[in-house]
Amino acid sequence: MSDLEQFQKETRAWLTENCPVEMCEPIEHEDDACWGGRNFTFKNEAQKLWLERMGAKGWTVPTWPKAYGGGGLSKAEAKILAKEMKRIKARSPLSSFGIWMLGPALLKFGSEVQKLEHLPKIALGEIRWCQGYSEPNAGSDLASLATNAEDKGDHWIVNGQKVWTSYADKADWIFCLVRTDNSGKKHHGISFVLFDMQTPGVTTRPIKLISGRSPFCETFFDDVKVPKENLVGELHKGWSIAKYLLTHEREMIGDQNGITRPMHEIAAGMIGLEDNKLADSILRAKILQTEVDEWAFNQTMARKLGEAKAGASLGADSSMLKYYGTELNKRRFELMMDSAGYEGLEWEGERSDDGRLARSWLRTKANSIEGGTSEVQLNIISKHILQLPGA
Amino acid sequence: MALVLNEDEQLLSESASGFFNEKSPVAALRKLRDERSEDGIDRSLWREMAVMGFAGVVIPEDHGGVDMGYMAAGLVAVEMGKNLTASPFLSSAILAATAIKTAGSDVQKSDWLPKLASGETIMALAVDEGRKHNPRLMETTAVRSGNGFTLSGEKSMVLDGHIADQLIVAAKTADDKITLFLIDPKSKGLTCERTVMVDSRNAARVSFDDVTVTADAVIGEVDEGDDVLEAVLNAGRAVVSAELLGAGTQAFNLTTNYLKERKQFGEEIGRFQALQHRASHLYCELELARSAVLAALTALDAGVDDAPLTVAMAKAKLGSVAKLAGLEGVQMFGGVGMTDEYDIGLFLKRIRAAQELFGDENYHLDQVGRMKGY
Ligand SMILES: Cc1cc2nc3c(=O)[nH]c(=O)nc-3n(C[C@H](O)[C@H](O)[C@H](O)COP(=O)(O)OP(=O)(O)OC[C@H]3O[C@@H](n4cnc5c(N)ncnc54)[C@H](O)[C@@H]3O)c2cc1C
Repeated sequence: MSDLEQFQKETRAWLTENCPVEMCEPIEHEDDACWGGRNFTFKNEAQKLWLERMGAKGWTVPTWPKAYGGGGLSKAEAKILAKEMKRIKARSPLSSFGIWMLGPALLKFGSEVQKLEHLPKIALGEIRWCQGYSEPNAGSDLASLATNAEDKGDHWIVNGQKVWTSYADKADWIFCLVRTDNSGKKHHGISFVLFDMQTPGVTTRPIKLISGRSPFCETFFDDVKVPKENLVGELHKGWSIAKYLLTHEREMIGDQNGITRPMHEIAAGMIGLEDNKLADSILRAKILQTEVDEWAFNQTMARKLGEAKAGASLGADSSMLKYYGTELNKRRFELMMDSAGYEGLEWEGERSDDGRLARSWLRTKANSIEGGTSEVQLNIISKHILQLPGA
Repeated sequence: MALVLNEDEQLLSESASGFFNEKSPVAALRKLRDERSEDGIDRSLWREMAVMGFAGVVIPEDHGGVDMGYMAAGLVAVEMGKNLTASPFLSSAILAATAIKTAGSDVQKSDWLPKLASGETIMALAVDEGRKHNPRLMETTAVRSGNGFTLSGEKSMVLDGHIADQLIVAAKTADDKITLFLIDPKSKGLTCERTVMVDSRNAARVSFDDVTVTADAVIGEVDEGDDVLEAVLNAGRAVVSAELLGAGTQAFNLTTNYLKERKQFGEEIGRFQALQHRASHLYCELELARSAVLAALTALDAGVDDAPLTVAMAKAKLGSVAKLAGLEGVQMFGGVGMTDEYDIGLFLKRIRAAQELFGDENYHLDQVGRMKGY
């Protein structure tokens, strides 16, 4: 038996032993996902146990080095783990901006002290992070951000406002872009800093979305003291870290490939079959097209990850995955709403699970906005991949 | 999943690219067209392709082939697609070779496979009838007579039928049963009309007016041609998808180059965001198309159960993506895109023909639905 076969056998046995059955059921509600952090209330004992067991093995972050709380797995081993988890439909033990975004950036740009301090807590789900990038006047044009960090010797005093900060009200720490120099071009003078959301002067105000939920906030900084050792990378040169982090964020957003039932099955359940074909022939054609695109997209995701080195960023191709994956997800939910008809419009009550489909449909509209809009991704592809003039 | 090319595959791809760039660039197709070539292909190119191993790419080594499989065949087809190479690769090296190697008798194999691999014999597959690919609606019949069969019916879009030394013909031998026959096109009662197509390639309409053949003409078992035909068609579909990928990719490359050259309003037209976004979208579609093709070729080589589904998805995807590449190309070239002088129009035409072969996007989407039960 090869090493990998041995690993597969052991992994399968370990998962069978350690993954609670409740954690193999499809994710149906937002609170089915485990986000961890100081203030997190576990939905049930199984969710807690699953996080603890996976965290202890470093398998919340399988490819991170063991020294930083990771599993130290090779790319091939991590692939086996993912496959084995998929086989039993195991949920991801931890959803985390720390894992998807900050972690890769710290691994590449953080100091040894910062890595040892922050990465293990991310891996164990002890600290929950939020992302302080966007501001009222710096959205797509992120580099025009104005949140100011004034140099006070051994610390900065930060003043300004962030917006659309997902889960800022629930997060423990923030990774934040601040302006430390105003004198040059806008991409210069941005610094990437970390601080505790409990620092005096930080306040958050939830914003209500069209889905009726409030997953994100306005975040205000009023004379917030940030120690200098919380700077990641070089002073004034946070833009390259910010961009690197975004490529990871985009891969994650593009990958909407959760454990969900195929669209055609859901549609068949809603509108029925005639002669073994979906009763609405035009809807059938649209679903077929979308499912073929989903398949080709998933193949592309696998191919791009296969071509990249373990843990490496996909660079500008992450914009391709982000753009296509999110537009695809929007198409999928439009078709779900088409299939659901009047029932899909129900917003309250038990029958619709308080408008679960309608609210999810609305949530997908953000996919092509958050992490950089579709138009911005197309700009990036034009510039960095196609190298069109002036892009 | 071998969606990432290994070193051998990379090398093959590069050598095929070098070969077709040099031996049969787009200008070669123009020449065949403008000289009204009798054959519609360049026989000396085909011999050289055989020497390269391309003609025998899926033929076993003990029958003179190189037995490299469908992935290799597809990688070669991608390069042919980029250069719009006209050759009997699809008809002989893929369709006929697959039919005979999967279902042929020992005698048929040793008679024909070496000749296919050396390029000496050209064979064509006669399956489609009427306007659209749809084997379910086949009407050509083969009725038992004496110790053989009598065929009647009409076939369309028989690729390279006008130059074929042998035809592989699908006919109904019972209500729901198909049988494949190997037939000499010079047989009595058989007429073959060359049809010059929009893409400057050639096919034939073949009619069978009580054509009699002996029992040894049967490929495989009587009444059991259905599965063989599906295997043959799936090989064809995957390889045409690969060719479409090549053609679509090259059309896109020509287009993005033009966006960087052509100036209007005092600047390169590639500066206009409306065009940038369309080009970037097309880039994404072509990346998906590439994955789809590689997945289909991999599935065929692995012989997995869902290979037919994978191939249908790939052919559907390539039908739409390659068409988009052709259409966007002509539009972004503006007026010169409409001229015969520019190559982009030749790509539009080849893509139109290739996406129609063995089922267009609509056909294959419907197939996907049937296979998935909806
Ligand atoms: C659900 C959700 C969660 C989010 N979470 C976070 C978070 O946690 N942290 C955080 O920092 N931010 C977060 N964001 C913010 C997000 O990154 C921004 O909304 C996004 O970058 C767009 O900025 P904007 O909203 O200011 O839109 P604008 O930049 O004002 O864009 C408006 C429109 O103009 C278009 N546009 C702008 N510039 C161009 C251009 N150059 N070319 C073509 N079109 C252009 C855009 O595509 C868009 O259609 C989140 C957003 C959402 C919706």
